[in-house]
Amino acid sequence: METAELTQEELFQQRIDADQRIEPKDWMPDAYRKTLIRQISQHAHSEIVGMLPEGNWITRAPSLKRKSILLAKVQDEAGHGLYLYSAAETLGASRDQMLADLHAGKAKYSSIFNYPTLSWADIGCVGWLVDGAAILNQVPLCRTSFGPYARAMVRVCKEESFHQRQGFEIMQTLCEGAPEQKAMAQEALNRWWWPTLMMFGPKDDESPNTARSMQWRIKRFTNDELRQKFVDMMVPQAEFLGLTVPDLALQWNETKQGYDFGEVNWEEFWQVVNGNGLCNHDRLQARVDAWEEGAWVREAALAHAEKRRQRQEPIHKSGPTRKAELPQD
Amino acid sequence: MSQSEWPLWEVFIRSKQGLDHKHVGSLHAADAAMAIQNARDVYTRRMEGVSIWVVESRHIHASNPDDAAAFFDPANDKVYRHPTFYQVPDSIKHM
Ligand SMILES: [Fe+2]
Ligand SMILES: [Fe+2]
Repeated sequence: METAELTQEELFQQRIDADQRIEPKDWMPDAYRKTLIRQISQHAHSEIVGMLPEGNWITRAPSLKRKSILLAKVQDEAGHGLYLYSAAETLGASRDQMLADLHAGKAKYSSIFNYPTLSWADIGCVGWLVDGAAILNQVPLCRTSFGPYARAMVRVCKEESFHQRQGFEIMQTLCEGAPEQKAMAQEALNRWWWPTLMMFGPKDDESPNTARSMQWRIKRFTNDELRQKFVDMMVPQAEFLGLTVPDLALQWNETKQGYDFGEVNWEEFWQVVNGNGLCNHDRLQARVDAWEEGAWVREAALAHAEKRRQRQEPIHKSGPTRKAELPQD
Repeated sequence: MSQSEWPLWEVFIRSKQGLDHKHVGSLHAADAAMAIQNARDVYTRRMEGVSIWVVESRHIHASNPDDAAAFFDPANDKVYRHPTFYQVPDSIKHM
């Protein structure tokens, strides 16, 4: 048999090349598993830490409508974190360990959340630009080779588009408002534009893992490809709003049918990645505090569940999920 | 830091009356009541469900993917189990 000659690794690559999904119990190279655990847990951490800059404005949203919308969005981000942690757990990672790594500063999350949200327009920019960039990253991940990750991303992407729209709506309202409001929108765009471009990660020639991740079809586009798409997508939207993208080098390139744009400040990027951004310390501290202050709740819930188990109390005395009812269901 | 993680639960949701419950993901909870509550918050924020089942993950038994070939192949050469295997004369209706 021809296939008997192939190593497990070659068989695995064949399945990938045939666009088959890999499921948790399937054989996979160790490096594939490790890459995925790292990527999915970083992604999960980003969703969870990402709640902080927006949570900052829930109590100060300018109307009840905006407050309800922002609450719903932040709640979605918590959900995204949970879908992703669950996907990483199917690979054998433990939830507590992933959180411990985050809290110890060993795990990364998206650097964008280490920037402060100073005005209400920042909440507009986060939705419009940051969620916009996240969508570009996430849509191709719906077809990523690892099944549980792809399925989590399908769920996430369904929920994301309202995030971007509500952000754009905030910006539009400000831009159609008083001159001070428009100035506030422009000022926020000035601060968020470049950090958003950094969200796509280092340039392709400085991203050593890209080639392998593409070969394994974890990634489907390179960082630079996605960054270009983002600029091409956002510039007309900024023009619609009457805002100026803070990049003097920005220019339409007829030949490539896309925009040429200036160089990202990579020095700043690496500073923030390595923990020296404006809010790195606060964000991490907020997570650690939440975890530690919630410890008694987690313990009490376990103790309560155990007590109930010992008393053999049914969970729902007349609820629809009582065991005995399942077979006829 | 708490010493023991809350157990893991698999979540199944019936999206509307008349359809099967379908696996949607998993979550951690101290007990079944909390698992159902959390599943409501995590998986049905946009009316995705009318009924939720939760099963502790450790109670799920699964076939082994390494045996998949041997396990599922016997069904492979039994084409006569499918209606398309049979020739029905053109003049025969309603079959
Ligand atoms: Fe998200
Ligand atoms: Fe989002």
